[in-house]
This record gives sequence, structure tokens and C-alpha cells, in this order.
Amino acid sequence: MSELVFDAVRVRYGGRRGLTAVDGVDLRVPSGKVVGLVGESGSGKSTLARAAVGLSPVSAGRVLLGGVDVRRLPRRRPLQMVFQDPYSSLDPRMSIGESITEAIPRGRRRGAAAEIARLLELVNLDPDRAGQRPGQLSGGQRQRVALARALAGRPEVLIADEITSALDVSVQGAVLNLVRSVQRQLGLSMLFISHNLAVVRYLSDFVAVMYLGRIVEFGPAAQVLADPQHPYTRDLLAAAPSAHRSLFDVRADEPAVLADAEPADPHHPPGGCRYHTRCPIGPLVRTERDLCLRADPAEAAPSRRHAAACHFSEDETPGLVIPGGTGA
Amino acid sequence: MAKRPAGSWAAALRTPVGGFSAALLVLVIALAVLGPILWHDRAFSFDLDALGEGPSARHWAGTDELGRDIFYRVLVATRLSVVLALLATLLGVVSGLVLGTLPSVLPRPVGRLVTAAVNVAVAFPSLLLVLFFSVIFGVGTQGAVLAVGLAVAPSFARLAQTMAASIAGRDFVAAARVCGVGRIRLLLRHILPNIGEPLVVNATIAAGSALLSFSGLSFLGIGVQAPDYDWGRLLNDGLNGIYVNPAAALAPGLAVVLAGLAFNLTGEAVAGVVGVRTRATHPAAAPAPVARAAAAEDHDDAVLVVDNLQVAFPGRGGWTVPVRGVSFTVRPGEAIGVVGESGSGKSLTGLAVSRLIEAPGVVTADRLEFAGKSLLGTPERELRGLLGTSLAMVFQDPMTSFNPTRRIGRQLAEVSEQHQGLSRSKALARAVDRLRAVRIPAARRRARQYPHEFSGGMRQRAMIGMGLMGDPRLIIADEPTTALDVTVQRQLLRLLARTRAERDTAIVLISHDIAVVSQTCERILVMYAGRIVEDLPSAGPAATPQHPYTRALLATTLDLGTDREAPLPVIPGRPPEPDRLPAGCAFAERCPSATERCRTEEPVLAQVAPAHRVACWHPDDVPLPGPAGAIVTAGGAE
Amino acid sequence: MTGATALAGLRPGPWLTFGIRRLARFAVSLWVLVTVAFLMIQLIPGDPVRAALGLTAPAELVQAQRAALGLDHPIWQQYLDYLGGLLHGDFGTSMLTGLPVSDVLGDRLPATLLLALPAYLVVIAVAIPLGLLFAVLTRGGRRRHTELTFTSTTILLAAIPEFLVAVALVAFFSVQLGWFPVAGRDGVGSLLLPVAALALGPASVLSRIVRVETLSVLGNDFVRTARAKRLPARLVYLRHALPNALTATLTLGGLLLSGMLAGTVLVENVFAWPGLGATIARSILQKDYPMVQGIVLVYGIGVLLMNLVVDVLLAVLDPRSTIRES
Repeated sequence: MSELVFDAVRVRYGGRRGLTAVDGVDLRVPSGKVVGLVGESGSGKSTLARAAVGLSPVSAGRVLLGGVDVRRLPRRRPLQMVFQDPYSSLDPRMSIGESITEAIPRGRRRGAAAEIARLLELVNLDPDRAGQRPGQLSGGQRQRVALARALAGRPEVLIADEITSALDVSVQGAVLNLVRSVQRQLGLSMLFISHNLAVVRYLSDFVAVMYLGRIVEFGPAAQVLADPQHPYTRDLLAAAPSAHRSLFDVRADEPAVLADAEPADPHHPPGGCRYHTRCPIGPLVRTERDLCLRADPAEAAPSRRHAAACHFSEDETPGLVIPGGTGA
Repeated sequence: MAKRPAGSWAAALRTPVGGFSAALLVLVIALAVLGPILWHDRAFSFDLDALGEGPSARHWAGTDELGRDIFYRVLVATRLSVVLALLATLLGVVSGLVLGTLPSVLPRPVGRLVTAAVNVAVAFPSLLLVLFFSVIFGVGTQGAVLAVGLAVAPSFARLAQTMAASIAGRDFVAAARVCGVGRIRLLLRHILPNIGEPLVVNATIAAGSALLSFSGLSFLGIGVQAPDYDWGRLLNDGLNGIYVNPAAALAPGLAVVLAGLAFNLTGEAVAGVVGVRTRATHPAAAPAPVARAAAAEDHDDAVLVVDNLQVAFPGRGGWTVPVRGVSFTVRPGEAIGVVGESGSGKSLTGLAVSRLIEAPGVVTADRLEFAGKSLLGTPERELRGLLGTSLAMVFQDPMTSFNPTRRIGRQLAEVSEQHQGLSRSKALARAVDRLRAVRIPAARRRARQYPHEFSGGMRQRAMIGMGLMGDPRLIIADEPTTALDVTVQRQLLRLLARTRAERDTAIVLISHDIAVVSQTCERILVMYAGRIVEDLPSAGPAATPQHPYTRALLATTLDLGTDREAPLPVIPGRPPEPDRLPAGCAFAERCPSATERCRTEEPVLAQVAPAHRVACWHPDDVPLPGPAGAIVTAGGAE
Repeated sequence: MTGATALAGLRPGPWLTFGIRRLARFAVSLWVLVTVAFLMIQLIPGDPVRAALGLTAPAELVQAQRAALGLDHPIWQQYLDYLGGLLHGDFGTSMLTGLPVSDVLGDRLPATLLLALPAYLVVIAVAIPLGLLFAVLTRGGRRRHTELTFTSTTILLAAIPEFLVAVALVAFFSVQLGWFPVAGRDGVGSLLLPVAALALGPASVLSRIVRVETLSVLGNDFVRTARAKRLPARLVYLRHALPNALTATLTLGGLLLSGMLAGTVLVENVFAWPGLGATIARSILQKDYPMVQGIVLVYGIGVLLMNLVVDVLLAVLDPRSTIRES
């Protein structure tokens, strides 16, 4: 019932010189599961999330919640979102209690005080704080309030957009623990967005990797991380900071064309495979692979493992390090 | 940010300007209320003995040609002048507010039309609009109120519009929309309250300008008509006899200025308080140096020697000391990472050792030497050449660290023009060469571009290239990759590593991410609440962190090996504010192994092993679980 | 279409696009202005001719005047006639004197420009160095007393409207000291007081804007970068801070500069300066509508030109603005 499905969703901003931030995304968040969405800034992950809650215009395709187009749902949808910046996502002039009340559906406003207390306790905050303003709270506490507000709408699906990236490491853990326990307790379906692969890995049942407005790989988290099919996923894994690997030994085998390849311009996505300008197994390195310049790998993606949008996703890829380093 | 309006008005009253202007405003309003009641008769009595005379004991500002006392006429005119100005302001503010907020409620095309109309109107000076409207509404008081009011409206609409748009772009409005809050309620409950305060401030200032426009209009003869009179009218009459009695023109003029000032200044004073708070503080003297930490090790060839470094800023109740006695040494070619949470003092340490902390901040140290030269005693002029060529800085935000109005190449070339005496063209050639050295493709073309044409990663590389214009012995990089994506981060860290390998340049990498630092540096300084709490190598036998904070930091850092089933370790509490440091160890509050001693006595950084210093009474030398017990996060390879 | 981010500052492409777009906007604004000026007479409640000639005027005279103004034609016809007339330099005929409005405009405009242009120069030459100087002196909360003095002086000067400054200057320099003529246009000496009256307020406001903008620029990261390059303070302020402060100043100060154009109206009236300002006030009082219409149009065009100049300057100073345009 509470499955969130993106069906060929496209979001385009601006006119002639506009930007297609999300380009034909199919993604399913199964009921009660957590789907992690990773990608670099500008890849369209936040736009996709905002499209689901009606903050970005969907120019093609549909977002379905429990099989119903979200645009047909009433204004108070069982679909809520927690934002990245806890310092701007709460109205500085409203007490936290007021902010949460606003999200409680009208019919249940009568017992609002009790409901607020229940929600604040759920996010491990003292219910007595309901009268405080956001200015009196720390970043981590604000993020808890933002979560409580999202839960006040009794959502079936929760979208979390980079909710820990504005927080210090020591606070991040507490917020992640909370999100996970709430998700399990309430059986929420969740789309969890982060640029940090380690965070996504910790929380998600499934992982989707986004590049330049498209999902390039999707699968169960353990599988995608252990056996990534798309070269971009492998690059992300290799670049994830890890205390195990030193960066001193600049890898000699990495071709210079790749070492300093620039991220592509989202206003002018490259033709063919969108990753070919940076791909270590693409035409930059293997000149014979001009297929990547011509054909869009997205078309045959559903038939590949992890729905990888790569013409050569079955190929062996020597010289690439899989995370976990030497042991793999 | 969320200051209550009442609080800021009260605070505004306490400033000298605010107090003065508020008193003036009260005076003006009292005159407006009482003036006609008290002095109506005196302003209308004809003194036939003194027709059109200059100031005298009986008539302080002289008389007009009918023998009426000008001083009292000015006092009585207060009411009409102020009331008309307020009426016009009210009209302007209300219509402006409606015009400004309508677009956010109306259907989009209609809203756009309103916005466009406002944008055209706002380009015209208000006096022109006033003249235009007074042609339509006709000469006279009523026409002038309408004209002045409508002339205020466009600029107010624009103001309301921009402020509303900036609030509407904030996440809390988006969050409210997601919660199902409707447009009208959004406007009333979220947007208007958040722009209310600046709007009131601006309305106060607008009342001042309305008063001035009104007197201008009456002065031109278009506003108030005889026998009514306001200040502008009196001024007009007075100007005709300026040779006989200048006071007849100056008195109403003074009244206009004072009343205008009362409104303007009150508004400005409040605006000043609402904006940036810069209350003057005069701390008695620089703070006393804190207890001495272990001295930095001595090395003759050291690039940087920092001994008992302190950075202090004057605060409301005295000095705040965000860096408290930091000591470390950087040897040639060494890569040192400085790790800490926000507020730990790591960035200030970086700025202090590069002499970039400006007054009112105060930097003190027992020793602060770069390349054998003392940075504290030597005048700036003498150090410029050395620091300009041998010390390079890379800052956090590549988007804002370049001057947006100058070409990248020129910004690099400046260094060589200034410090190496190169000509413009030679310096530019070197800039192109350096851009190439940091692997910026098409360097010659790129050098001619402006910063906004570079991607974030490319700007950071250009920033390193700027450091390479000279021959740096030390690069201080403050969170250089925080704003960048992981793949770009890796490129950049490698560039730093390569630069170091090629030139034996030492690197100080400041970061909140212990994984990034331990991956890039041989030695790690962990900072907490303004102090170094641990100084340890990132690999080898001594790499087992012993300070509970370092261990906790590592445990809370997620990586690709973190156990998915276990809850994440958490450090309870939060770091102390720099102006409210506890006695004893600053971490004691959050530390599982803290004892009474930790709460009373501050531990100093002491040697526990070769190349390993810890500031803790209860260091824990049990190796963390992980490969070879080195400084790694919990959990190993998958 | 390709590589739009790679717009180099001086290649003709973006500048041409910018020029065409900006001129197109100017044309549209001009059309709106002309239309509004035309509508002004239509919007006057009642019969403007009757209002102008007074209630006692004989009906035939009113009728004849209406016919002369073309007010008995349908409105669209009047509009087209008006537009056509403007294209031929015909601004209508004064209802009072019967002279062509264009003759009066041609006669009075130079006098107004003679006041406005020197005033602009004075404002810019005074405000920018002063604002920069005080920003540098009071940066980072230094010299609180200097800051207080500067701020209160400029607020005070800005609060005095130009016609009062004019009156005060006349009272002191002309009446008391007798240095300059009280009124009229008579050589360079007669120019000094009006220009000073016109420039004083805007110069104070602008110098305050320059100071505030410079201070905010000084807080930017790139100024820290410039200091990290160990450039001498002079270069940090003049080369890195000033150009950025000026772009922000221009955006805010553009309106101020066009406001000075309106200021001439009042100042001309104080000094009986034979310019457009003195004429428009009289014409409004005498209900000489075609004359008012013509002068409003000239002022309006002045404002549009001013905005055009500001936009071009912004584009030159700030390389990002050309991108925003295209």
C-alpha cells in the first residue's frame, strides 16, 4: 500500500537553455524498505526527492504512492520529507510545538498537545521543550524536531534529503540511529538521500546510484556494494574516504586522462553514455569502445544486473580496487 | 536570528542614536497632538505693528507679511505635516504590501504581470511619480496624499516582494508546503511574520521620506493650499522674503529636517540592531596566557614552530579564547592533519599561524616561527615577500575564495608581480604554467576566464596553483575538499600529495573528517575546545589513539566497513562553548572514563610514546579493533 | 549552444546578445512610458480643458481647445496621433502660450543638464573615495567614534531634502555673505550653490552605501585570499575590494542617481533656475497639461537612459552579469 514509485520521472527547469535535472528516472521504494540514493552534487537526487513531495515540477512521468499519482492525492499526503539544513527548515518565529502542530492533520488537532509530547519523546527530546524556539536548540536537536514534524503527518513514506550532512560527526550517529529505529518501529518506506556512500550503506536495504539526472545502478545494498556493475559506482566506492587506504601512493596505473577528468556539465550532458567523459573502462582508455559515444546504455539497462546503465557492465575490470581494499 | 521584535526595539533605544531619535520622535508626536490646541490663537493673531519683520524678542522667528508669528505657525503646522505624511505612508505601505505579496497568492501569469508593473514603476524616482499622480489627482491636500502614498507603493511592493521571495525560498516554507499548509496560511503564518520586522523598520523610514516629499510638494505650491498651511507651505512663503527675514524660511525648514530625522533615525537605529549587532566593548586588557602546555620539540630545520599559541577575541563579557595554548612543529615535507569538530579552533589555528587573524582578534605565542623567522615580532612589510612566496593557503569554499571580478590568470600573476618582481606578461606566463602544473586543461584559455566559469574542483586546483607561484615550503589547506564531491576530493588530495612529493613541501591539512586526514597525513593533531588533545602518527606501532575523544571520534565515523546491524556509537552531549569552558578537562563532561581529577585539573599534552602525545589523565592504550591496531575505524574489510 | 559556461568576458557573442537584449528592454520601457504619459491626460477626472480654462470660460472656447488637442477623437485615434506626433518630434502645443512644447523643452533642457551633470560628477567623485576610506578606517569594528561620527553626519545630511539645503545655502552664502546671486542663471558663480544643493544629499547616501558595501566585501573569502597572497593593503582595497563593492553599490545606488534628476525640480524652483523643473511646477499649477506631459516624458527618458548606463556599467564591472542576461 505504501510503496513509492517513480515512473519515468523527468524534471526540467528553465526554457531553451534550461536544465533537465532529472531525466527519465524509474525507481521503486518497496513498502517498509529503505532505498538509499547516492550521487554527486548536481546529479539530481534532491530534485527527485522534491518532485515526489510536489516541490519540483514533474514535466513528464508520474510519482505513484500506493499506486495513486501523488498529484491526485489530497494536500496532506502520507508522504513527508526531512530537509538537509536544520537551521533553515524550522520557522525561527514558531515554537517547535507550533511547527509540529501545523503538520498534524486537522481531524486530530484536538489532542495536539499529547500528540506533540508523544512525537518529541519518539525522537528522544524532552516534551517540555515544545514551547522553545528553534534558536534555543542545537543542530542535532533541530533535526530531531524536523523528524518529529515529518512524523506528525502520519506518513507511510519518508524522504530524508542529506539529513546529516550539516551535522558534526559526533551528532550524526545519534540522528542516524534515531532515523533507523523510527523507520523500523513504524514500518516506514524511506528514500534516504546522501552523497556519503558509507551513510547510505549503513541505513539502506537497497542502493540506487544517480549520475547526471539518471539512475545508473540499482540493487540490494549488499550486492551493489560488493559487486558494483557500473564503473561510476566503482569510482564512488574507491573514492570513499577510508582510514585503510593511503592516498600517498598515487596509483601509477591510473591514466592521466582520468586522474583529472572534469565532472560533466549538467546543462549539456554528453551524448551516448553520460559517463564516457570520465569512465575508466570507456573510450577515454579503450579507444575501441566507441559504442559508448554513440549509444545510450539506459535502454537495455533493465535487462542487466543491477539495472546498470553500462554497455560493458558484464566485463571484467582489472586494475580497479573494490572497497575494503586489499582483502577483496 | 530569531530575535523578538520587542527586544530589538528596546535594544535600539539603548544605542545613543536610537535614544536620541526616539526622544525626537516623541517630541514631534507630542507637538502634533498639542500644538494646535495650545497655540492656535497665537498662530492666527495679526500683529499689525510687526508686518514681515525679522526675529525679535516678541516674535522669535519674525512675522509674515500679515503680522502672524512664524514660530507658532511652525509649531501648529506640525499636526498637519505629520498627519498627512502618516496618511500617505499608510496608503503607500498597505498598497505596496498588497502589490508585493499578491504575486505569491495569485495565479502565476497574473502575478508575473503585477511583478513586472512594480519593477517598471520602481525604477522611477518617487518625486517624479508624485508629480505624475498630482497631475491626475489635482492640486490640493487630498491629491497630494494620494500622490505621495501611491509613489511610496512601488518601492514598498518591491521590498515586500524580495523579502517574501527570500523567505519563500527557505526550507521551512518548503517543509510547511510538504505538510499540506495552504498558500494563504503560508503567507500569513510563515512569510509575513518573518518579514514583518524589516517592513516596520522600512515603513518608519518611509514615513520620514513621505514627510519630506510632502513638504517639497507644498513648497512647489502643489500640495497644501492656503489658508491651510504645513511646513512646506510656510517655507514657500518664507522664501519670498528671504532677504528681509531668512528665519521665516529657515524655521519651517528646520522643523522639516528634525521631524524627518526623527522618523529616519529611529528606523535606521532599529535596522542597525536587527541587522548586525556590533555593540562596542572595551575589554580591559588582553587575556592572561593559559597554563603552559608542553613545549614544541625543537628542530633546527623546522618549517613551522608553534609554541603555546593562543587566539583571543573580545566578547560581550570579556575575552573568548577559542585557541588555548597550541604547540606543534612542522618539518620540511611533512604532512600533518588537524582534526576536530566545528568550534574546536582548528581553522583559527590555521589562520593564526599564517598571520591572517585581524583585529580585534589577538594572537599570542611563546614562539611562532616560519622558516626560522618570527611571525609575531616582525613587521608585516618585512614578512610579505617570505610569506607571499613560501607559505600557501587553500581555503574551504572554492566558490567564494576567488575574486569574482578578476580573471583567474591575473589573480595568480599578482603573486609574482608583487613578490618576485616579474612584469605583467611574464607573471601571466608563469600563471599559465602553474595552472598547467596543477593539471588544468587548456591552461592558456582558462587563465583568461573568470572564477564563475570554473568548476569547484578546478577552482581548488587553481588555488593550489596560486600557492605554487612562489616556491612554497608549507601549504595550509583548511577543509579544502569539504565542499567537493568524493571523486573530486580524491583528485584534489592526490594533487596535494603529488605536490608534496615533488617539492618536499610540508602540508597542514585541516579537516573535520578523520578518515580524510588519516588517509592523507602521517601525523594527526586532534583538537578539542581549543587545545590539541592528541598528537599521533597515522600509521605504525604508535598509531593507537589513546585519548577517549579521538577514540570516540573514530568510533562514530562511518565507513564502508561499519557494522550495519549494530547501532552507531554516539558521543553524548556537545562541545562546550568557547566562552563557557569548564574547569579541568573540557571533554570530561562527555567522557566515559572521567574522574574527579578530570573535572578539576586540566591535563597537559604529555609524551606517552615516541612521536605520540596525549592530554588525558586516563589514556587508554588498548588497541582499537581493526587491522594491525593502526588508527582505523571499527570494523575491517568486508 | 555548446560550452555556454565558457563565455569569455570580451568575446563579441555575449556582449552583442547583452546589447540587443538591453536595447530591446529599453524600447519596451520607452513604449510603456509614452503610453503612460498619454494616459495621464485621459485619467484626469472630468474634462481637463474645462479644468484648465476655468468654469467661467465660454463653451465655444472650451470646444475649440478640445478640438485643438484632438480630445474629441476616439481614444485610439488620439493615441495613434500622439505616437505619430512624437515620432516627428511633435510634443503638442502649450495650452497657455500656444507655443510648441518641443520648443520649450529644447529651450529648458540644457539648463537642467547644466545642473544635473556636474552634480553627478561631484557625487561620484566625493562618495566613492570617502566611502572606501571610512570603510577601511572602521573595518572589523575599529574606531567606533569615527564610525559614529560618519554615520550620523551622513544620515543627517541625507535627511535634509535638496530644496532645504538650497534654502539654507541661499540664506547663508547669498543673503548673509552676498557671495553668490540668490537666484537666476548668471555665470559659473550661479551654478555653485544649486549644484552643491543637488549633490550633498545623494553624496552622503552614496558614501554610506559604498562604506557598507565595502565592509561586507571585506568580509568575503576572496579578500582573505588576497591577504594570504600578502598583497599590500592598497592593492587589497583598490583592486579586490573596490570593484566588488562598486557593483553592489551601483545596484543600490542606481535609483539614487535617477532620483537626483527629480531633485533638480525642487532645486530649480528655489533658485528660479530656467530649467525643466521650474517649468513643470508652474505648468501643473496652471493646468497646462500638454506641457506637463512633455516634461514628464523627458524626465522619464532621462531615467531610462540612466538605468541603461547603470546596467552597462554593471556588465562591465561584474563579469557574471552578462551571463545572467543571456
